[in-house]
Amino acid sequence: MKDEVLRVINLRVYYHTSLGQLKAVDGVTFSINSGERFGLVGESGSGKSTLAFALMRLIKPPGYIEGGEVLLDGLDLVKISDDEIRNVRLAKIALVPQGAMNSLNPVIRIKDQIIDGMVDHVEDIPRNTLEKRVHDLLEKVGLKHEVSHKFPHELSGGMKQRVCLAIAISLNPKVIIADEPTSALDVVVQRQVMLTLDQMQKDLGVSVLLVGHDIGLMAQFVDRVGVMYAGKLVEVDSVKEALKEPLHPYTKLLITCPPSLDEKGEFKGIPGLPPLLLNPPSGCVFHPRCPQVMSRCSAEVPILNEISPGRFVACHLYNEVEI
Amino acid sequence: MTVLLEARNVTKIFGSSGLIKKKETVALEDLSLFITQNPSSITGVAGESGSGKTTLARLLLGFIAPTRGVVLYKGRDIQKMSRDEKLEFRREVQVVFQDPYEVYNPFYKVDHALITPLRKFHLAKSKTEAFNLIEGALEAIGLHPSETIGRYPHQLSGGQCQRIMVARALLLKPRVIIADEPVSMVDASLRATILKSLRKINKDFGISILYISHDLTTTYQISDNIIVLYQGFVVEAGDVELVIKNPQHPYTKLLVSSIPLPDPDKKWEQERTLVVDQSSIKENHGCKFEDRCPYAMSMCRKNLPPLYQTDRYRAVRCFLYKDSPAIPGDAIGEVFVRKE
Amino acid sequence: MNTFEKNLKGATAYFRNNPKLIGGVSIILALVLFWLIGSLIVSPARAQPISGLPDQPPSLKYLLGTDSNGRDLLAVIIVGTGLTLRIGFLAGAIGLGIAIALGFLSGYYGGFLDTIIRGVVDVLLTIPALAVLVVIAAMISGVITLNLMIIIVASLSWMLPTRTIRAQVLTMREKAYIPMAKISGMKNLEIIIKELIPNLLPYLAAGFVGATSAAVLATIGLEALGLGPQSLPTLGMTIFWAVSFSAMLRGMWWWWLPPVIIIAALFVGLFLLTAGLDEIANPKLRRVV
Repeated sequence: MKDEVLRVINLRVYYHTSLGQLKAVDGVTFSINSGERFGLVGESGSGKSTLAFALMRLIKPPGYIEGGEVLLDGLDLVKISDDEIRNVRLAKIALVPQGAMNSLNPVIRIKDQIIDGMVDHVEDIPRNTLEKRVHDLLEKVGLKHEVSHKFPHELSGGMKQRVCLAIAISLNPKVIIADEPTSALDVVVQRQVMLTLDQMQKDLGVSVLLVGHDIGLMAQFVDRVGVMYAGKLVEVDSVKEALKEPLHPYTKLLITCPPSLDEKGEFKGIPGLPPLLLNPPSGCVFHPRCPQVMSRCSAEVPILNEISPGRFVACHLYNEVEI
Repeated sequence: MTVLLEARNVTKIFGSSGLIKKKETVALEDLSLFITQNPSSITGVAGESGSGKTTLARLLLGFIAPTRGVVLYKGRDIQKMSRDEKLEFRREVQVVFQDPYEVYNPFYKVDHALITPLRKFHLAKSKTEAFNLIEGALEAIGLHPSETIGRYPHQLSGGQCQRIMVARALLLKPRVIIADEPVSMVDASLRATILKSLRKINKDFGISILYISHDLTTTYQISDNIIVLYQGFVVEAGDVELVIKNPQHPYTKLLVSSIPLPDPDKKWEQERTLVVDQSSIKENHGCKFEDRCPYAMSMCRKNLPPLYQTDRYRAVRCFLYKDSPAIPGDAIGEVFVRKE
Repeated sequence: MNTFEKNLKGATAYFRNNPKLIGGVSIILALVLFWLIGSLIVSPARAQPISGLPDQPPSLKYLLGTDSNGRDLLAVIIVGTGLTLRIGFLAGAIGLGIAIALGFLSGYYGGFLDTIIRGVVDVLLTIPALAVLVVIAAMISGVITLNLMIIIVASLSWMLPTRTIRAQVLTMREKAYIPMAKISGMKNLEIIIKELIPNLLPYLAAGFVGATSAAVLATIGLEALGLGPQSLPTLGMTIFWAVSFSAMLRGMWWWWLPPVIIIAALFVGLFLLTAGLDEIANPKLRRVV
């Protein structure tokens, strides 16, 4: 495919528990183009964070990547060796995990933490070149050079998160995965961090996979969006079309549910409960809660189909009746 | 109109006396608000971290004492209450906390959280009566007792746990419920049901609610009136329609404009100058927002603006509005809309 | 299924997946059974001097031979195991009792009380326990009875468990269900007993094992130096007599080797128990989902 930088094909991540197999990610296929911003939106339990970790091959037992391919730059990240994946992480694909700002080492200065990440990948670079790079990186995320000497506890939440962004871009990767990067931050700081990410992405041309649950945040930042529900990708669209004309019934609910500033009204929720991943519903996972459910939906699993250029949906409402 | 819970000119300063330097944090400065009954109301308190909203909740619940000022319940200072008065206060002022799981003792089933207060407040004479009351409360919130009673917290979803807490609050027939970020840790699709329950409790049972949150959207949807806090000060207060739809204080404007709207055509502007990293404590005696304010004037650094009443139902603490009449801090209730 | 049954079921689930815990409990249980059943088979009176001819190597009559004072060493080992276990566990229990009281007072109420208790514990911890024990034991001229031994040993085994419990209480105190309990009208003591202690059971168990281990170590240490209940055939005293009578030089392996083996087994058992309890208390160490 032209310009594609990441292609995920039928990825499956299952957790083997004493109560059975938990299908956290169940056959997800999508691709991200070079310089594109792709959003993965879903609620808790949808599998989006598991997917982010799986792309970095950071899934630990009892979770296993059961199958599928993750193609980055000609390499299948699922199949390469442990040594090779260690070289790929941070250098080609970087992750800013949820609560990343809390995973900064409290006893190491910021510059050393950034350098630590780089040093594993590049050898024999003199110290002052590395330090200059640290200053460059801090500038790119809108932080002053002085920050490099500080310890994490001296920085605010937003600053720490931007340091994590700096670490993620330190080796110029092709893809950055940001997993709920602003969930613990106040709304004004969130805006600042997202605008930083925005500027950074424009400057470097890196592809960004933004994982989150806030449709508003997606609308502000991404070009295309994928909607996940119970381990499956149910819709992939440009964010404009997804908001204006959502295809999948779940997407429709996801967009209309959250309270808005438009006017005071009834509180609308999505009826029913999120499914048990240990024992998911038959056929379409969403059918017990779907306002447009048909008899077909409990029997057949819908497949993600491209119903018009660039618009994918997994729903029987859009399938031609089989002859 | 009866005033139930009132904070009158409350100031809270946290001091840590180091060996060399005394470091004090002013969490709340001269704050007044009150919650009424007849008519009941839903009052929103909005603010980011550092605004003092958590401290406010702890003061109103009596977990900490104010440095200056007083917190009253039915006219009595809660720090000086007798044991009986305190018990009544504890029963009539209930709480819904932020984390749906941490409020439960993981050793016990969720029943424990519901039975304990019934027992301690002598609201049921027998176990059967207790369970009847519990079932009634759960059903009033829209929960099935069969799906909730007898379960452990980790067996239920965050939304269910939180709704059980709301049911618990209802169970004790309180007069006031203080909801401290009740939906911020709950999934988007379940938030609506919890907010619906809160609204229903307010309407059907006349229970007043204090809704504390950093999320302006849900605060707007549920509250009648709102107080916006910034670094311990009330910066704007009044009818929630006015304050949110037409904010006057520069901070409120910043807050409202920072909400990510689900509309790609209405994107955030790059107002980077507005945002400054506060990693140092500001020691000025004037408006705390001064260093980030695009409209700052020379008087803002040295002088703290009073509350100016710019509308029948709105007050703003900003010198931009100094032509409007100033009102004292404890008259803030004047700008609240009252349901008839 | 009520809470007790659920916890029992949960406990057995942990057992099955926790080889360290199983190992530890098995060893300790084996030692206890050895003592109990052994006492039925071999008369404890034979552990007294002049039960048989002295210095006899193992034979069919005296399975572990006799020592220089004519004690039947098999009886000695059996009785000794029981005595050492008793001193260890009783002293451990007393130590734990003190640790619970002080740990909760200190951790829950905080303030001045906490500062005092913490200070005392920290200071006492820096004093080498065995040195103090030696001084105390030596000062008590006259017969050291079993109960005195227990008290002496308990007095220096409570400090570390106090710190552990205090630390745990400090963490748990901040959990949201504690203010929730206060809002429900519960009083402080009630909160400690009903809300905190049930969640701290693994740590209390670990504290008990820790106190017991310290007690056993102290008692054997003292006894091996001769500062123990002289008339009782505890494991430590047996070693003391063996050393005094140069059993090693005389090649009387049946005298000094059995107590050493039992002591080693006891420590391995206690260690495995601690490691197993660690796994329960710290979910990150668990191997099960």
